[in-house]
Amino acid sequence: MAKTGWVIFAEEQCKGCELCINACPKKLIFLTERLNQSGYPVVGATETDKCTGCAMCYLMCPDLAIKVERWTVP
Amino acid sequence: MNAVFARPRAMTEQKTHYCPGCTHGIIHRMVAEVIDELGIREDTVGVAPVGCAVFLYNYLDIDMQESAHGRAPAVATGIKRVLPDRIVFTYQGDGDLASIGTAEIIHAAARGENITTVFVNNAIYGMTGGQMAPTTLPGQFTSTSKAGRNTQSAGFPIRVSEMLATLEGATYISRVSVHNPAHVIRAKKALLKAFTVQKQGLGFSMVEVLSTCPTNWGLKPTEALAWLEEKMIPYYPLDEVKNRLEV
Amino acid sequence: MRTLMKGNEAIGEAAVRAGCRCFFGYPITPQNEIPEYLSGRLPEAGGVFLQAESEIAAINMVFGAAGAGARVMTSSSGPGISLKQEGISFLAGAELPCVIVNIMRGGPGLGSIQPGQADYFQATRGGGHGDYRTIVLAPCSVQEMVDFTYWAFELADRYRSPVLVLADGVLGQLMEPVTLPPELKPDNGNKPWATTGCRGRKRNVIKSLYLNPEELEAHNKKLQEKFGLMQREVNRAEKYRVEDAETVLVAFGISARISMAAVEAVREEGIKAGLLRPITLWPFPEGILQSSLPKAKKVLVVEMSAGQMVEDVKLTVSGKLPVYFYGRTGGLLPSAEEIQTQIKLLEVKVSERSLCQA
Repeated sequence: MAKTGWVIFAEEQCKGCELCINACPKKLIFLTERLNQSGYPVVGATETDKCTGCAMCYLMCPDLAIKVERWTVP
Repeated sequence: MNAVFARPRAMTEQKTHYCPGCTHGIIHRMVAEVIDELGIREDTVGVAPVGCAVFLYNYLDIDMQESAHGRAPAVATGIKRVLPDRIVFTYQGDGDLASIGTAEIIHAAARGENITTVFVNNAIYGMTGGQMAPTTLPGQFTSTSKAGRNTQSAGFPIRVSEMLATLEGATYISRVSVHNPAHVIRAKKALLKAFTVQKQGLGFSMVEVLSTCPTNWGLKPTEALAWLEEKMIPYYPLDEVKNRLEV
Repeated sequence: MRTLMKGNEAIGEAAVRAGCRCFFGYPITPQNEIPEYLSGRLPEAGGVFLQAESEIAAINMVFGAAGAGARVMTSSSGPGISLKQEGISFLAGAELPCVIVNIMRGGPGLGSIQPGQADYFQATRGGGHGDYRTIVLAPCSVQEMVDFTYWAFELADRYRSPVLVLADGVLGQLMEPVTLPPELKPDNGNKPWATTGCRGRKRNVIKSLYLNPEELEAHNKKLQEKFGLMQREVNRAEKYRVEDAETVLVAFGISARISMAAVEAVREEGIKAGLLRPITLWPFPEGILQSSLPKAKKVLVVEMSAGQMVEDVKLTVSGKLPVYFYGRTGGLLPSAEEIQTQIKLLEVKVSERSLCQA
């Protein structure tokens, strides 16, 4: 049984605080150079196939900018 | 798909006014999740404080009242006594609860008022620009303790949870932190317990949540989490300070 | 049926009969019989009596209970009412109905526990911070303590506003026979704005904070329109022998009762005196006062203060007549004889205004 996940960032909610970056055990999240309408740099994810859907990023996001979906693959 | 982690029903869509990395948002979300999990969204009345969380009523999709600075436990008492079958909680910062509202929180706890308090302790006055709070650590720099809190003249920070735990009326008091995901999970469990205590009519419950204020601490949000862990937790130990009924 | 009751207890009973099932207060002399009475009566009636840790806590409990839709009351005296001002401003700002009783004592500061009327300014000018007014009712008998407390709840709900009952230590301690009004059932319904849990509707938020200046100004305009409505709709005063009066006394509460005796006495001596007794102190019954001066040559205001209502009288009379003042402070009552002397002094020395013109 393996776990796989999908992470979605609501960029307009993001304030670029980076708390999710430190929280990700796989170090998949990074700060992009994109600015949202509020002028904050927003986060993105790389190698998303490695995401396990552990939701640590969701837990640490103060701005509800992260949605995580998790599947268990038999 | 077996799990989705997304905005809880009890939160509105509104973007918060908090500074980047301020952990109020994490605590708001946990409160909303607890409300959802207990199925009490339509039976809950919240009381917002004065301070950074003054706009809590913009973010939680429940009935709410504002309160004057420090008076949230008194306002909550008024609501709860009129509507004993509703869930009533206050959400207060350390300036609000531990300074100007000390009398109100002590007596609400002493009466065993069947309400829940979410006490957010970030060791500083955030909204007014980073002045010294009753919870500011010895030596901590703030805009009114520029050389660091001098305990000779400014006294010592108050450990509110331990103080309230001495009161017979307090049923459940816990101090938690949100500096990493593991502690966020523990904090959520404590909040769930506190609201459950109230739901079961068991008396006063409070969760003190150690929180950050990156802006006024002058730190990056990630550094602020580290500061919380290194500096605050030794003075404010994380513990289930009181669980009178072993909930 | 008439019952002999003490003023303070009569207020408590009237509140219960008005459907109030919630009282939050803190002990202070000379109003203690109100919480004492309600500490027994309210639980009996299935209500809530809570002795708060402070005046500030009490008024904020009132805020919470009012926001939850209940008819709720608190009572205190000068120093305690000062402490409550923060909460009263919030109640007015958030438009929450409640009844606040002030059994006035001597001030300033701790003052005394003897009766006084020097909280007039505080009561009629809002009292706390920001632009707001509260309706202020001034009884002068135990029967009126009952009637006005009952009326206060109705006004509070009608205007979604705190209403003050402003009496003094004499009225609080006085025992008189009263007729009690019928008992209303407590009705927390018909308050769709109340925070009771958002079952079946959109959430309600009770607040007074508007950081956007345009929004706050709009809120203030709405409040001012409401205060204007109160001024048009709530005006009460009692006229006594003013039709032919050349000297018209203006006094409220216990001072009015004493002034009435003085008017009677000087009438016996052929002096044409009359009395206007404002019942609503805010809104001040300007029109009724103006219509009470058809033959008046002068006005004498009698208060248990250094002169507060006299300012409203002067504003109303607007320089058309000389306005004089007689007051006692320190917890002392003006005697009917003292007031008679003042009336007579005005008769003979009306030209020497410097003597006692306010």
